[in-house]
Amino acid sequence: MDPGAKELLDHDYPSTLESVDQAESEILKAAGEVGFDEDEQHRIGMAVRECMVNAVVHGNRYNRNKHVHVNVAAAGERFTIRIADQGEGFEMEKIPDPLQDNNLLRHSGRGLFLMGAFMDEIQVQKTSPQGTEVTLVKIVGPRN
Amino acid sequence: MSVKLTTRQVGDVTVIDISGRITLGEGSSTLRDSLRELTAKGNKKILLNLSDVSYIDSSGIGELVSGFTSVSKADGTLKLLGLTKRVKDLLQITKLYTVFDVHEDEAHAIRSFAS
Repeated sequence: MDPGAKELLDHDYPSTLESVDQAESEILKAAGEVGFDEDEQHRIGMAVRECMVNAVVHGNRYNRNKHVHVNVAAAGERFTIRIADQGEGFEMEKIPDPLQDNNLLRHSGRGLFLMGAFMDEIQVQKTSPQGTEVTLVKIVGPRN
Repeated sequence: MSVKLTTRQVGDVTVIDISGRITLGEGSSTLRDSLRELTAKGNKKILLNLSDVSYIDSSGIGELVSGFTSVSKADGTLKLLGLTKRVKDLLQITKLYTVFDVHEDEAHAIRSFAS
C-alpha cells in the first residue's frame, strides 16, 4: 500500500464466479465513497470484473484451495485496486492484440485490453512463489 | 439481475429480445444456447434486441462475436438493435461496432434483412 494511503478494502475471496460479483459490488461501494460518478463507477466495475474473472478462471482455475486477494486504497487523487491470484501466471507478450484485424472476431482475449481502456493505469506483475498481481489505478478528479 | 431472452418472429426475421446482464456464466451461456438452437433450426435472419441490456462484459462480447460468425457460416445474418450508450461505447472501444450491422429502429432493422 502507498504511504499515506487509506485502505478501503482488504479481503481474500474464494475462486468462484460469485466472488466476481461480490468483489465488484464492494469495490464499487468504495469507489462511490471516494467520489467517482456513476459513469466512472461503471468503468471501474468493468475493469474489476474482467480482472476478477481472469484471476478466478485463468489464474486459480476455480481451485477452491486458492484465493484471490483484493486490496483497495485511496491516496490523494489515486484510487488503487490490487487483485492477486495464486495461478501459474502468463506472458503479457503472448496475449494477442484484440484490435488487430485478424483478431477482431476472436471469442476471447479482450479482458486485459478492457482493463487498460477503463482505468488510467494498469500494471501486471508476477508474485512469489507463484501468482499474478494486477494493479489498477483510477485518478479522481479532472480526468473523470 | 440475470439475463432473460424472449424470441419472437417478425416475418422471416427472428427477433431475440434480451434483458439484463450478458456476463460470464449464465448470461453468456444462455445467449450461446439460444443462438445455436436457432441456427440448428435453420433460422437465417436473426436480430438481437439489446435495448434492455444493462451490462456486457468481455465474455458477453465473445458470445456476440461467436454468434455473428456461426450464423454467418450457416449463410445467415445476425444484426444488432437498440444499443445502450454503454454497450455502444464498448463495441466502439473493441472496434466491433463496424463489424456488426447495428440499427436503432426495429422496423428499419427488419426491412434491412430484405436488401
